[in-house]
Amino acid sequence: MSTQENSQKLISTEVQVDERTHDGSADTVVSAADLSVYYGDDQALSDVSVDIPEKRVTAIIGPSGCGKSTFLRSINRMNDRISMCRVEGRLQFNGKNVYDDDVDPVALRRRIGQVFQSPNPFPKSIYDNVAYGLRVQGKADDVDLDKEVERALKQAALWDEVKDKLDSFGLDLSGGQQQRLCIARAIAPDPEVVLMDEPTSALDPVAASKIEDLIEDLAETYTVIIVTHNMQQAARISDKTAVFLTGGELVEFDDTATIFEDPDDQRVEDYITGKFG
Amino acid sequence: MSTERKGDVTGRSITDVDLSSEKFKNRLFYGLLLAASSFGVVMLVFLFADIFYEAAIGQREFGIELGRFLGNTGSQTPANAGFYSAIIASVWLMALTVVFILFLGISTALYLVEYAPDNRTTRLIEANLANLAGVPSVVYGILILALVVNGAGLGSVILAGAFALSALVVPIVIVASIESIRAVPDGMRDGSAATGATKWQTIRRVVLPQSLPGIMTGTILALARAVGETAPLLMVGALFTDTSVPGGPFDSFSSMPVQIYNWTFLPQREFLALAAMGIIVLLVVLLLMQAVAVYIRRKYERDVSLTGV
Repeated sequence: MSTQENSQKLISTEVQVDERTHDGSADTVVSAADLSVYYGDDQALSDVSVDIPEKRVTAIIGPSGCGKSTFLRSINRMNDRISMCRVEGRLQFNGKNVYDDDVDPVALRRRIGQVFQSPNPFPKSIYDNVAYGLRVQGKADDVDLDKEVERALKQAALWDEVKDKLDSFGLDLSGGQQQRLCIARAIAPDPEVVLMDEPTSALDPVAASKIEDLIEDLAETYTVIIVTHNMQQAARISDKTAVFLTGGELVEFDDTATIFEDPDDQRVEDYITGKFG
Repeated sequence: MSTERKGDVTGRSITDVDLSSEKFKNRLFYGLLLAASSFGVVMLVFLFADIFYEAAIGQREFGIELGRFLGNTGSQTPANAGFYSAIIASVWLMALTVVFILFLGISTALYLVEYAPDNRTTRLIEANLANLAGVPSVVYGILILALVVNGAGLGSVILAGAFALSALVVPIVIVASIESIRAVPDGMRDGSAATGATKWQTIRRVVLPQSLPGIMTGTILALARAVGETAPLLMVGALFTDTSVPGGPFDSFSSMPVQIYNWTFLPQREFLALAAMGIIVLLVVLLLMQAVAVYIRRKYERDVSLTGV
């Protein structure tokens, strides 16, 4: 098939699909069922159903305005912060619908961390940035804070660069370092899931590749769900890929290798091979 | 017209153009603008010259010592009259006012920016905060006279004066606070919320620390306005001559501007000199407050410029 050759050519030139073999029986940690999200009268997501496996990197790709960030923000209910936003359907975290009345979004976000598109460290010291989550969550007194800060910075591959200047301003770091600081801030309270919304799009290629390496390591401890508009990045670092297309529709969800080499849906193949988007 | 100009450009040498009338207009408007902007400075210079001249007369002809002036209480006798009780009353007024306006100003601004729904009512309130600053200050004096002095029966005490001054300048603090709270990037609030902070934790640990320099600057400028106010205090019933030193919020009081106002109305020449010296003290206090405001702004400028993520 010529189209398949096409997509393989694309991948062989630039992309090495992550062929790590998993036992394939990972538990589902986040699962959407007929999830629709509206902003006022505009529908941003339409009937999305997907099961996201534990301790894997799941990439969400698709053209601009396809609802991929909306989907990400609906997992930790950051969409609640937008007053005109309305959610229908279910989104389950460890089997519990997070939109049930008895779920407090603050409690939910203490189990699901997030890293944003542009680095947003607080104007505080590096140490205080990383310790922030533990402090607001009331865990600072129960743990060895110094040790937890060190652990988070090591997991975020930033420790060696900042261990001698933990008191200095987080905003004095370079962009890539700031983003790793934000990753450390997100994982310091030891969440189960880490959401990443285009975490490398504001960074230079070298800084971006450091973060990509880091994301693969993070998946040994956390479930990582990453929104990216960079298909090569998705192919490089993710185990599973979800493709959203315009209209907020989830078109295909499968192993990353399958999505990039032999997608079922013609539209996905067109998108991957760059025919649109 | 346009064809003629075209001819100029293409047909004539660059040195042939007559610009004299345009040049004249240039100079004319430059002069006008300069004169207009000098007006304020010149007036200020006259004011200073007049005050220092009067104060100098006080030194030479009446032998007013600075120590006596700063140390004595008010008196009907020019030779005994001093500024001390007025200064202490102003300190009390400022101390109480700063507590009221910080609490009311920050609370109102936080509510409007962080909590209030974004609807027409909220926008109407915000738009009219600036209008409040245009209400004549004497109106606030009458309000507090009716509500606190007579209504609550507190009498003409420092607390009532502080209420009147607070009501007058709190819109300044609210507007300054709204601006600096709004200047905190939303990315900061998102980052905090996504880390599992409650709304109050986000405000307390992220929003307030970043907006505090702007809030403090606005507060000091509001206080500088309040310390020079006379009319609302007259309405509330400030004393023209306070022969005792006020010791607390429920004492009767004068204040620096009220004392100065009174001195300028008394017939003896020596009181004019005393008023001039009082004005100098008041100006020094105002300059110090402005200096503190500038210092705070400079000190935190670095942080603020870096938070514009």
